[in-house]
Amino acid sequence: MSLMRITSPHAHSGQSTAKVMLQVAAATVPGVLALVVFFGPGVLVNIALCVATALACEAAVMKLRDRPVGFYLKDYSALVTALLLGIALPPYCPWWIPVIGSVSAILLAKQLYGGMGYNPFNPAMVGYVVLLISFPVEMTRWVAPAELIQGTPALGETFALIFGNMNVDGFTRATPLEIVRHNQSTILAQLYEMEPMFNKGSIAGLGWEMANFGFLLGGLFLLFRRLITWHAPVAMLVTLTALSVVFYDGGSSLSEGSPLLHLFSGATMLGAFFIVTDPVSGCTSNKGRLIFGAGVGLLVFVIRAWGAYPDAVAFAVLLMNFAAPFIDNYTLPRTYGHKAARKATDLEEQ
Amino acid sequence: MSQVNERQSASERRAAREAHLIASEKARDLSRELKINDFHGGVHPPENKHQSTGEPIGSIPLAEDLIVPLNQHIGGTAIPLVKLGDMVLKGQKIAEADGLVSCPVHAPSSGKVVAIEPMAVPHPSGMVADCIQIRTDGRDEWCALTPLADYANRDIDDVLEKIRDCGIAGMGGAGFPTAVKLNPRGGAEIDTLIINGTECEPYITADDMLMREHASEIIGGVEILAHLLDQPERVLIGIEDNKPEAIEAMKKAAEGTRFHVVTFPTKYPSGGEKQLIEILTGREVPNEGLPANVGIVCQNVGTARAVFRAVTLGEPLISRITTVVGESLQRQRNIDVPLGTPIRHVLEQHGLDRKTLQRIIIGGPMMGYTIEDLSAPVVKTTNCILAPSKQELPAPPPAQACIRCGLCAEACPASLLPQQLYWYARAEDREKLQAYNLFDCIECGACSYVCPSSIPLVQYYRAAKGDIREARQEKEKADRARERFEYRKLRLEKAEQEKEAKRLARKKAAEEARKKREQEANSPEAQAAKQESDVVAAALARVKAKQATPEQQLARAQRTLTSAEHRVERMQKKLADAEEAQKPPLEAQLKTAELKLQEARDRLAEAEKQAAAADKTPEQKTVESSAEPSITEDKLTVAGASSSAAGAAIERAKAAAAARASMNPEEKLAQEIDALKKRVEKAEARLTKARNEDDPNTGAFETALEKMQGKLQEKLAQQSQSGSQD
Amino acid sequence: MEWLSEVSTPLLILGGMALVFGALLGFAAVRFRVEGDPIVEQIDALLPQTQCGQCGHPGCRPYAEAIANGEAINRCPPGGQATINELANLLDVEPTPLDAEHGIEDVKKVAFIREAECIGCTKCIQACPVDAIVGAAKQMHTVIVDECTGCDLCVEPCPVDCIDMVPLETSLQEWRPNKPSDGVQLIASDRPELHTDDRSAA
Repeated sequence: MSLMRITSPHAHSGQSTAKVMLQVAAATVPGVLALVVFFGPGVLVNIALCVATALACEAAVMKLRDRPVGFYLKDYSALVTALLLGIALPPYCPWWIPVIGSVSAILLAKQLYGGMGYNPFNPAMVGYVVLLISFPVEMTRWVAPAELIQGTPALGETFALIFGNMNVDGFTRATPLEIVRHNQSTILAQLYEMEPMFNKGSIAGLGWEMANFGFLLGGLFLLFRRLITWHAPVAMLVTLTALSVVFYDGGSSLSEGSPLLHLFSGATMLGAFFIVTDPVSGCTSNKGRLIFGAGVGLLVFVIRAWGAYPDAVAFAVLLMNFAAPFIDNYTLPRTYGHKAARKATDLEEQ
Repeated sequence: MSQVNERQSASERRAAREAHLIASEKARDLSRELKINDFHGGVHPPENKHQSTGEPIGSIPLAEDLIVPLNQHIGGTAIPLVKLGDMVLKGQKIAEADGLVSCPVHAPSSGKVVAIEPMAVPHPSGMVADCIQIRTDGRDEWCALTPLADYANRDIDDVLEKIRDCGIAGMGGAGFPTAVKLNPRGGAEIDTLIINGTECEPYITADDMLMREHASEIIGGVEILAHLLDQPERVLIGIEDNKPEAIEAMKKAAEGTRFHVVTFPTKYPSGGEKQLIEILTGREVPNEGLPANVGIVCQNVGTARAVFRAVTLGEPLISRITTVVGESLQRQRNIDVPLGTPIRHVLEQHGLDRKTLQRIIIGGPMMGYTIEDLSAPVVKTTNCILAPSKQELPAPPPAQACIRCGLCAEACPASLLPQQLYWYARAEDREKLQAYNLFDCIECGACSYVCPSSIPLVQYYRAAKGDIREARQEKEKADRARERFEYRKLRLEKAEQEKEAKRLARKKAAEEARKKREQEANSPEAQAAKQESDVVAAALARVKAKQATPEQQLARAQRTLTSAEHRVERMQKKLADAEEAQKPPLEAQLKTAELKLQEARDRLAEAEKQAAAADKTPEQKTVESSAEPSITEDKLTVAGASSSAAGAAIERAKAAAAARASMNPEEKLAQEIDALKKRVEKAEARLTKARNEDDPNTGAFETALEKMQGKLQEKLAQQSQSGSQD
Repeated sequence: MEWLSEVSTPLLILGGMALVFGALLGFAAVRFRVEGDPIVEQIDALLPQTQCGQCGHPGCRPYAEAIANGEAINRCPPGGQATINELANLLDVEPTPLDAEHGIEDVKKVAFIREAECIGCTKCIQACPVDAIVGAAKQMHTVIVDECTGCDLCVEPCPVDCIDMVPLETSLQEWRPNKPSDGVQLIASDRPELHTDDRSAA
């Protein structure tokens, strides 16, 4: 009888990439639900289009690279990328927006670098930025929460908006971040009373606050399941809060917005728990993750406050992706039995 | 009875020492609160310890054959002391340690030595190693044992020698010879002795059961160990908190001693020596250092018990407690098994179900290795035999790409970055691997355990470590080879210069001599030279004759031809199959193969001719071989595979002989005389020395000197004769 | 004439700058010259030092010198592809496959003298480039295995053909597991390091 010969360890925790990815996908559910409740089913169509395109791209590339297609699709990494991109896109955007975004994310940002695990940049964010730069008009039109426009587009209208040539302008309003940003003359307290976006919501804009709250819940679930570590999200949120406190300016007309607005509007929570924690393009050590998260928080605030774009998570994450290997190099943990940690590039000591 | 006495005297001694210690300042340290530290990383795999703790330690019938490997530990292989067919008694030393870091080996039962040869041993390579096979006679008859009574009053070296002589090696895992570990070099002061009862690996309960049932023996062993280490300030017995029974038993046994039983939370790999030291003392063993560098010696509980039995009973290490566990077995428990028992025998005694069996793991599921040959025996380090079913420990799924999730870095007890090591191991970037401290990896397997992509990380590290070690060795060897090559070049140059100088001098002398005597044909000298060349040729011929009769040569040539033909065929086929890019080198290879084939054909033809000739004239052949060298040479030229080389060698020998012959005979004679004179002088000196020292060989020296002097006289006469002939 | 001055001023400035910088660079090149490891030493350090002469040079150092003078780097069979890659890395050229004309990569071997057949002719001792054979005239010779580089040079001169090249065996202590093969093996039992008899059942 011949027996199996393999090296230790023989036991395994049972954790698998596919399970991790599926749990990440599941963690987005509360946030997505909030988006659907407040902004209508557009986001679901986005997600569906993104997922279909991304999986098709992934499969095609695997076929071209002569790899087993099913095996690679089953790691569900493309699914999560597509899901995050679909959530980030404005609902009811034309169908080719999610398609182009997914193609960029999977082909450009992921597979051209060698597939899962090899991409230096977050694929979903690359896809998002490609779209934001190429199609700024389509990408900056957000529909208003249902309450503000007497109901989101009906099913027929939804398909006309996405696949036909119906104009979405009738449904859109400025986002909370945009409102605060373009405000020149009113003090914030007044603005909050005047604007229906704020006076119908509670802290950071109707709909937006709930979506962020949903993603925060999902993030806590991921933390609880030990699928992510607290370092990067906490560092990002703390930095963002600290900066917004410093520049709050007591809520004057020139204020950059309250800390609560920054925390619970835009893509803050989605970014903090689902984007910044992407292990592949982030930092490896916990110390590095703290620096990485703090960097993202800083850039998010800088771009929101003084940049040309209303939200900034995608740019901030991509810029920090550049810095990740550099941060890694300076944040090696101290190995057991060694006096001090070193830089990875220090070969002299050996 | 004697054991009871031993225990009593031991307790008396213990009481005396205790009194002494309490009086001393050291006692204050003992009362110091012990702080339990945590170490970085670690995992919590399912413990699976309950399966094998249900029964007390059992035993199994003696196997018919015991296979005792000569190397069961780290260090040199022992040298056998017995011969085939020898009868041995239980406990008799059958192999002696070779060198300092080595252990002797003892017979686990009485019987007859039936084989000393390479056999399967428990090793991940599945390779064989030298073993002594003993066919047991069933009597299990002990040899006389010599306990070391009253060890406390004996010289420490004697006790260490006893431990060494009983073949005790670390029973926790690696199996480092215990006596070496107890004798720290470099004068490091040991202030803490740690007894490792952690046993953090899932499934294994050998130490657990040992502590439950033999706690007093362990404590007795700890006393000996502490004595050998000059009574370290602290003696800590570390046990994970998942073994309440063992903790209780040990605490009870340790009552009245100054030993502390320390418990700490269960976490893998807290039983690793470095991790345990960190947990109990907060100290870290320095990189590339030993625990002794931070004043600590760490021993396993099993080792402590073995030391106790060796010192107080004189019993060598010939059996151990092993956990036999796994769902493929009907009965799961711990057994006290003689070393050398084939693993197959152990498994059969526990109802092995071969249908559900998929692999046999020696050790635990985290660090154990698989074996394929079940005839491999239980050795000193075999703490567990795990026969899991397919569901219990499923085969690993195929590895996926690393997603850099960092779980491995969080699990790593050495605070390494396993994923970085993985990238560099894949790229075989040795410099980077060392920069990321690959050699601090303890191969505990925690990283592979948590990896969601099921990457066999540890295997990468093991391979990379081996690779780097090999590269280091090769580099060392290359440097040595370079040095030797350069030295040889230098030497040859120098020799060449000297030769050149000598040749010039000789030429001058020869010219002068030639002027003196125009014509000379010194026949005796030429003859002598010729004889010498004959000697070489004859030796060659003898060897040839021994090596190959014409028939053998013919057969050999035929074999060469067939293999060459096969090779050409294979090459042609390979070439036909090969891809376009691979063709040129293959073609080149084919060409050489074809050349070889041609050569082989030629040789065969020659050999056939030769064989035919040999058949025809058998008498002539014998005459020839002893006849003139020219004939021998002819024969050799046509002989066999190596004939051309041999012919060339003979040519060279002849040339040398001729050169010598052409040398001025007178000069040669003079040289010889000079040499003889020197030898005579030396012999005289030796003789005087021998006489002075009253050497028994003086007579022999005298005769030798006389002989030499006679020879010298003869040569001198010859010289004067030839001089007069001029 | 205006254009002349328009052209000449920048030309003069640029020319002047070129001169100044050229002089500076020249000075720096002489003054701050870095005495690097001579390239031959570096190449020699990478060669396996078998001194086998398969590259067509009488030893590794002569080949290192030849490489420094532009000879192909793929003529060292004992070093094999690993050495070629290292040389390519050092010299910043493309690695090429081993030139089969000089031999093919083989397992590590050492010479072994069948001592009963040795006639003590010392021919192999003279041939050995690293003095790894001991013996004297008309005395049996033997190979110091640890020093033998496996160069093969002693085999040919032996008049009685009593030298074999035997593959160097790995001992139990030196053994190490293989690096896991890259790429995906979908079924665990397809992996080369595994073998089970019941694949059909798996």
